[in-house]
Amino acid sequence: MRFSFLSIAREALRGNRGWTPHWRDAEPKAAYDAVIIGGGGHGLATAYYLAKNHGLTNIAVLEKSWIGSGNVGRNTTIVRSNYLLPGNIPLYELSMKLWEGLERDLNYNAMVSQRGVLNLCHTDAQRDAFARRGNAMRLHGVEAELLDRKAVQRMCPFLDFDNARFPIQGGLLQRRGGTVRHDAVAWGYARGASDRGVDIVQNCAVTGIRIANGVVEGVETTRGFIAAKKVAMAVAGSTSQVASMAGLRLPIESHVLQAFVSEGLKPLIPGVITFGAGHFYISQSDKGGLVFGGDIDGYNSYAQRGNLHVVEDVAEEAMGLMPMTGRLRMLRSWGGIMDMSMDGSPIIDRTPIDGLFLNAGWCYGGFKAIPGSGLAYAHLIAKGEPHPAATALRLDRFRTGHLIDEKGQGAQANLH
Amino acid sequence: MRIPCPFCGPRDLSEFAYLGDAAPVRPAETSDATAVFDYVYLRANPAGPHRERWYHASGCRLWLTVTRDTRTHEVLFAEEAAP
Repeated sequence: MRFSFLSIAREALRGNRGWTPHWRDAEPKAAYDAVIIGGGGHGLATAYYLAKNHGLTNIAVLEKSWIGSGNVGRNTTIVRSNYLLPGNIPLYELSMKLWEGLERDLNYNAMVSQRGVLNLCHTDAQRDAFARRGNAMRLHGVEAELLDRKAVQRMCPFLDFDNARFPIQGGLLQRRGGTVRHDAVAWGYARGASDRGVDIVQNCAVTGIRIANGVVEGVETTRGFIAAKKVAMAVAGSTSQVASMAGLRLPIESHVLQAFVSEGLKPLIPGVITFGAGHFYISQSDKGGLVFGGDIDGYNSYAQRGNLHVVEDVAEEAMGLMPMTGRLRMLRSWGGIMDMSMDGSPIIDRTPIDGLFLNAGWCYGGFKAIPGSGLAYAHLIAKGEPHPAATALRLDRFRTGHLIDEKGQGAQANLH
Repeated sequence: MRIPCPFCGPRDLSEFAYLGDAAPVRPAETSDATAVFDYVYLRANPAGPHRERWYHASGCRLWLTVTRDTRTHEVLFAEEAAP
């Protein structure tokens, strides 16, 4: 079923009884050309681009729970491509461009809203660093604007500009950045992949990876063995667990990252704002709630919930940036399990096992990367060579010293 | 989350700083690059009991080795880290 003005008007008149399920909830077959482990944003996007760009349709996405039950449903929905390093910018910008055309491509309303991402600076040194980052972005064809204090004041008059410790000096603005409706991303990609023949198998946990003579043969699951010549992991926080089934030890730690949403308010914040004197980012959802988050909790965790010291830290940062938030009531908080790589940058690469692929290490940045990551990963799986935008995101860079240390912090929480 | 410091008793998480997995051991100076790579970057990252280093910064200022379940945050055991 295609969405159009006509179909929506027709269904409105018929009491919305004509809508059909958006994707097929498939039963697993005995064999596929390729199997993707993980029915989150990255896994579903990979399946979609494998089918659409490479004509590979005899594939399955295996999800241990329901699709979108992991980090694609547990984030702050921010999209941007304001990175510094040449290893990172091309992929995130590819992703940004795909976000811009996503709804037309998928024929699905993902509520892509380019309301702008503003990074605030509070010191001279920070402004210089922002100027450098903005220049790096422009060298890669990504627009960036360095705003002075007055320009930020015009845009966001409600911020605490004369904070005694962290006065706001200006900011780096990417107007094309913004927010996207996170669940619709999972559903839209699932629908697009399913329409092209991809099997989306829910409640099917992978329990083992069968390998013979260094070549992958398939996966053991809770619903039986599934043969596949190519097996691709896209399991975020569970990466170390799944990779260990193939005997791999990775430069990744799993950490919990919390996020929060307040009660609904009238329109207040124009775009996404980040506080430069700590680690805090805030935006307003279309329902009106302020959505915000901060640092990872800082210790290894698979619990999908965090502790109060980070809640306190995030609340302090909110007060330091927007004192009016002191009157807000919090509605909900949640935690997602981040696959923190040791240099803070992702990995899209082959593994030492033939036919086994790895997509991991997204740290804080998994959501915004979904379309670009899916496209580049599909390219790697189909052609066996990295996509031009992802050539630096190699697994062996830790061994060879070609780290992509965007911020030089990785999983080490005391460096955040 | 509270950590039962063997010297100070059960104390709030905010008093501690986290270093990470207690398993990696610094290789000898004569080791090759592979051993150093292994020590610096590779982690088991278990879902379950995890032996890890915590520093009681706002307490006794001693290093502890804590065994904690990463699935539930339940602290199973805490002892002074071996020097």
